[in-house]
Amino acid sequence: MGRKLLLDKAHIEGIRYFDVYRKNGGYAAAEKALKSMSPDQVTEEVKKSGLRGRGGAGFPTGLKWSFLAKPEGVPRYLVCNADESEPGTFKDRYLMEFLPHLLIEGLLISSYALGANTTYIYIRGEYAWIPDILEAAIAEAHKNGFLGKNILGTGFDLEIYVQRGAGAYICGEETALIESLEGKRGNPRIKPPFPAVKGLYQCPTVVNNVETLAAIVPIINIGGDEYVKYGTGKSTGTKLISACGNLNKPGVYEIEMNISVEEFIYSDEYCGGIPNGKRLKACIPGGSSVPIVPANLLLTTAKGEKRMMTYESLNDGGFATGTMMGSGGFIVLDEDQCVVRHTLSLARFYHHESCGQCSPCREGTGWMEKVLKNIEHGKGKMSDIDLLWDIQRKIEGNTICPLGDAAAWPVAAAIRHFRDEFEWHVLNPDEAQRRNFGLAHYADPLPVAAAV
Amino acid sequence: MAEEKKLFKVKIDNITVEVEPGTTILNAARTIGGEVVPPAMCYYSKLQGSGGKCRTCLVKVTKGSEADPRPMPKLVASCRTTVMDGMEVANITSPEVLDARKGVVEFLLINHPLDCPVCDQAGECDLQDLSYEHGVSGTRYEFKRRTFEKEDIGEHIKLHMTRCILCYRCVFTADQLTNKRHHGILKRGDASEISTYMRASLDHTNFIGNVIDVCPVGALTDRTARFKNRVWFLKPVDAHRECSDPKCCGKVALWMRGDEIFRVTARKDKYGEVEGFICDTCRFEKKDIKDWIVEGPRKISRHSVITAGHYVGVHKPQETVMKVMDGRSPRLLMDIHSVSEVNMPQVDLSQIEGPAHSTDFPTKKGDQ
Ligand SMILES: Cc1cc2nc3c(=O)[nH]c(=O)nc-3n(C[C@H](O)[C@H](O)[C@H](O)COP(=O)(O)O)c2cc1C
Ligand code: SF4
Ligand code: SF4
Ligand code: FES
Repeated sequence: MGRKLLLDKAHIEGIRYFDVYRKNGGYAAAEKALKSMSPDQVTEEVKKSGLRGRGGAGFPTGLKWSFLAKPEGVPRYLVCNADESEPGTFKDRYLMEFLPHLLIEGLLISSYALGANTTYIYIRGEYAWIPDILEAAIAEAHKNGFLGKNILGTGFDLEIYVQRGAGAYICGEETALIESLEGKRGNPRIKPPFPAVKGLYQCPTVVNNVETLAAIVPIINIGGDEYVKYGTGKSTGTKLISACGNLNKPGVYEIEMNISVEEFIYSDEYCGGIPNGKRLKACIPGGSSVPIVPANLLLTTAKGEKRMMTYESLNDGGFATGTMMGSGGFIVLDEDQCVVRHTLSLARFYHHESCGQCSPCREGTGWMEKVLKNIEHGKGKMSDIDLLWDIQRKIEGNTICPLGDAAAWPVAAAIRHFRDEFEWHVLNPDEAQRRNFGLAHYADPLPVAAAV
Repeated sequence: MAEEKKLFKVKIDNITVEVEPGTTILNAARTIGGEVVPPAMCYYSKLQGSGGKCRTCLVKVTKGSEADPRPMPKLVASCRTTVMDGMEVANITSPEVLDARKGVVEFLLINHPLDCPVCDQAGECDLQDLSYEHGVSGTRYEFKRRTFEKEDIGEHIKLHMTRCILCYRCVFTADQLTNKRHHGILKRGDASEISTYMRASLDHTNFIGNVIDVCPVGALTDRTARFKNRVWFLKPVDAHRECSDPKCCGKVALWMRGDEIFRVTARKDKYGEVEGFICDTCRFEKKDIKDWIVEGPRKISRHSVITAGHYVGVHKPQETVMKVMDGRSPRLLMDIHSVSEVNMPQVDLSQIEGPAHSTDFPTKKGDQ
């Protein structure tokens, strides 16, 4: 059994409520931090833990916190990014729905470390029922002296507010989120200045993902040194993976980052394999923005090693043969799925979600969708495949925010690894309307790379 | 004694300049001038917060600074990236930059209507210049282009959203020059549009007309001058008047043909930016030459189309018709303007669907 740090108590009846949470060891970490540690000591502990941001980029959290500017007399803000709109990612939702107090405790400790007296949870608008859960939990924490003025007699004040988004994926990007929180149109800001210097209301701000902030609780409870003992290498601790697609048991799993991808898909402890005896064709292991890889590259790296569920191992091989941990949205495609169609749905998503500020993303995403639609519906040309490649290449890296890259990568990876399938669609337009390309050679063992 | 300010040394396309800290790469390049200046479609030096959006000004930073010589991993928007001491930048010397810029121009054009033949901005359009200088002649876009309904936003301004490149300049202008902004961007992605909330008109302030000047394309045009003339048939003349509005600089360019003023605009510099903003009274209401003190013809350096026909010291080709016709002057069969109504004020070309046709312009005789 993999060890758990976040969801270990999720099964307890009524853990959503303060009393049950408290009886099961809740708010112990908050007491420990506020009463016996200085803010810098908390940050130090987080640095020691090696915790990496769970929102997608995997940036070390302790380091991010230490970048926060601390000018005299200027308020600082902590913002919890609960916008979770990446297709395939639904782990934060689970945390907030079942363990709201874990998040609030994490927010309390983190705000204390950062010296923020006002903290916002910016939550995806479609999660319409969750703000009520969070607000009820906030009210309970208030009543029990864990929020408000002079918390636990330490002189530290904190208010947490929940703000609902209005249904835009782009508002998950931290600067767009800040704009939206300020009541403006959710356009990403042009950086620099970074939020750590000028964020919400032009004040120093830290934006962290829900899971990142929840992970602060076990880190304080067991200590950074102990946290490092979970996971492997620079992928410390546990990670929530939201698994979906062709799996026997889709759902949210907490994994210790020391298991292999194969184990995650096939073991009964996790996803329990692929339904109806079908074979694995491809997978997007980290949410829609990360590159799709065929089965053979998913299970083993180009070097022939077993691929593990860690930041480093998933990234092994870079864009050529690897992919990314991303936000942990694990999407599995079996042999009956069509990669072209799948890529089209992602392209449609990014087209729909582009904020439209910068020309490459505004115009390029729509163009890619249209070309892909042609290919999928039997109207494609061979040259369209190269055109797609060229469009994504001209978007990537040339935009204001990473949404442009996120739109480009899935298309690039699909063409890189599944070009035959695209070509088959172009050459067999009628047949492609009736049947799928199938598994083809995508699960064949990789030729062992010859030593150079 | 004033302390001497430390200047930053920057190398752009191997040319070294010294600029004050806080200067952007684009403005540093502008102190050099010429070809090394990246094109800027959204940045506008007089508008705070502008820039960073169109991505035409992308450049490569090959050396970050003296202190940290690492190159920047991605191309950066030169209009929003400030220089560091010892920074080295490649613009036209970087094939990567030129390739990316070609891409941006293509993106800007795929949904553009390319209706230059009926667009008032033609001849002084930044997008035309940009595509001419940095784009390719063909298009790889095979789909229906995005279109919007034309809209009168206020008495004086026509919004032709289909032509807009979403540079946000007009939004900043309204924000910073008028007391209250009534227009902005609605919707997102490629469905974004400039619009007024609930189709409100923009007539409430005396400075909204400046959005016409800052618009790099023909998306915002002057309704008092629309379709009256092509810019290259007009002669720009510098003039000024004592304007009672203290915010108005009163210095304008009059676009004339004979004694008639077709259009009043602010004076634009070689980067297409106005030298000073002008008020709506000067722009829309002072169309009589007696309102103005004329300074002299305006020098147009960059927008070559406008200077067509306005050469200085040229020798006109000799009129040969009389010689060919043994000294007789030719008898005109007709004057096209007496026959066609195409240039008449009552004809609104924008009301005509598709390409204009002769039947769209009834002749005077009413035979149609
Ligand atoms: C288009 C886009 C959407 C994003 N959406 C989310 C999101 O829904 N939730 C999230 O936590 N981070 C999201 N991010 C990442 C955030 O910008 C930011 O990196 C993250 O909140 C930082 O938190 P972390 O350091 O805890 O990972 C998104 C980024 C981009 C570019
Ligand atoms: S990359 Fe796309 S989403 Fe990001 S700022 Fe540009 S247009 Fe907006
Ligand atoms: S209308 Fe003109 S100025 Fe306004 S955003 Fe569009 S192109 Fe820019
Ligand atoms: S001028 Fe720099 S991005 Fe538009």
